[in-house]
Amino acid sequence: MLAQQVVNGLLLGSVYALVAVAFTFAIGILNFLNFSIPGIFMFAGMLSWAMLRADFSLPIVVLAALASGAVLSWVVERVTWRPVGKSNHYVPLVGSMAFLILIENLVLVAWGSDQQRLTLPFADASLRVGGLVIGIPQVVGMIAAIAAVAGLALVLKRTRIGRGLRTIAEDTGTARLLGVPVQRFVPVVFCTGGVFTAMAGVLFALNYQQASPFMGEEIALKGISAMVIGGMGNIWGAILGGLIIGVVETASISWFGARAVDVAVYGLLLAILFVRPSGLLGGGAARDRA
Amino acid sequence: MSGYLEGVLVLLAINVILAYGAFLPLAAGQLNLGIGGFVAIGAYGSAYLSNEYAWDPLAAALVASGLTGFVAMLVAFAVLRTRGIYLALATFAFGQVVQGVILNLNVVGGAAGYPVSTFLGPVAVFAVALAVLALVVLLFHTRFGISVTAVNDDETVSDLLGISVRGIQTAAFTAGSVIAALAGALYAHYFSFVEAQNYGVMFSIYIVLYVLLGGTQSVWGPLFGAAVFTLLPELLRGSAQWRYVIFACLIIVVMNLRPDGLATRGLLRKLFGRRDGAGAPERP
Repeated sequence: MLAQQVVNGLLLGSVYALVAVAFTFAIGILNFLNFSIPGIFMFAGMLSWAMLRADFSLPIVVLAALASGAVLSWVVERVTWRPVGKSNHYVPLVGSMAFLILIENLVLVAWGSDQQRLTLPFADASLRVGGLVIGIPQVVGMIAAIAAVAGLALVLKRTRIGRGLRTIAEDTGTARLLGVPVQRFVPVVFCTGGVFTAMAGVLFALNYQQASPFMGEEIALKGISAMVIGGMGNIWGAILGGLIIGVVETASISWFGARAVDVAVYGLLLAILFVRPSGLLGGGAARDRA
Repeated sequence: MSGYLEGVLVLLAINVILAYGAFLPLAAGQLNLGIGGFVAIGAYGSAYLSNEYAWDPLAAALVASGLTGFVAMLVAFAVLRTRGIYLALATFAFGQVVQGVILNLNVVGGAAGYPVSTFLGPVAVFAVALAVLALVVLLFHTRFGISVTAVNDDETVSDLLGISVRGIQTAAFTAGSVIAALAGALYAHYFSFVEAQNYGVMFSIYIVLYVLLGGTQSVWGPLFGAAVFTLLPELLRGSAQWRYVIFACLIIVVMNLRPDGLATRGLLRKLFGRRDGAGAPERP
């Protein structure tokens, strides 16, 4: 029973991990808490539902949802991050919050406020390993998630654009002096984050066969906890944090009931912020980076 | 006064109080995303006092807000060790925890919501809103208000000038939370029902956004932001979702064109001569 909870938690955690990677990528490189991420997550999930209902084939649905994440993030960059630049530190954050409200209410206008069910032919396919039930779609999703993050880490480490992004993370001004095309690279950060977020949204919608206009608040905001627990700005920390949050969530559901989840998850976030704000895998002195 | 007009005006009054609750920490440079948590504590606290101990609603509201202030001070000591994004995240987590705890408290109805037995009329709500407005405006004409602005503009220089930076930050955070709790208590007694589900992170985001729409440079900004936010949708009369779509677009446009909000010090000086509110220096 406990092992089954851990397995379920790890599978759910891979969704949180993807969202956490999107959050942590924007914070690590731009020091920007992008609150539009829950909106993009939800839009990708709802778009998958709407397109599956209209009988599009699954690969097209997934591609369209990922593209929607990239496009929305690009718009967020154009409209909130780029113009505001040098004013009060919370101004881009506020713009991204406005985008969350905008996306959520546009979806409410278009598709209503009901929770929707997705119907998939293979949804219940599962493996049985030593008494554990493991859903095959969930495992495929988890592997895809980890592969995507590994690819991102490799790009950051090895390629020219990765070096450029890491330079921007150190100091934007210096990066500019060194000839890094900051204005060209920043949209890349946003679009990559958007694709990861959308991937999480699609994975969640397909694996749990549900989507609702409020799923971003419920699911994607837990990605923030995952990010902080792993260490802000650290991609592998986001993965670790996501998996931990997933296990904490399923464990607290089975021990204390569904209503205890928020107390457990966000209580853990609060505790980490007080005790070790740099997170499990983060470096020191993170607290002073305002 | 028609029922519709009364409803709109009461919402306006409550939104104005909420806006000042979010304004005080923002004026000191703190983004408090847990304001919904304090509103919930105030609402449930005062509802509990008048339901279980038959307290007068106004007394219950004031005492519950005072108690929330005590909680806020404890939270501030812990939370204000962090700054910037970390502060926003810590207050966010706090708000979510408060909401989660209340949803699990069966003594106040848990997830089913909590009916309130005593009623507080619109006149009392208006009076409290005016009192809060007057208090904050006065506060920003004292040494305290100037210190808050100074801390927001430059912590190091404020410290050198002999201002207790931590003290000012804690005071602004606590005072804002007390005001927010007061708004929660008034809401509970006027509408006779509270639901913790309403006081999540989205609630806090909306309040912060209408304060920033008005602007944090001047004490009149929150009043302006809350009024625009409450009255404009009523005038537009669309469905609730379209209102928020327009509101979100408005915020995005304002943040692009006037990142310091609609009611900046410069604008107020142009309109009203010397009566320019907080006396905050213009940002370069």
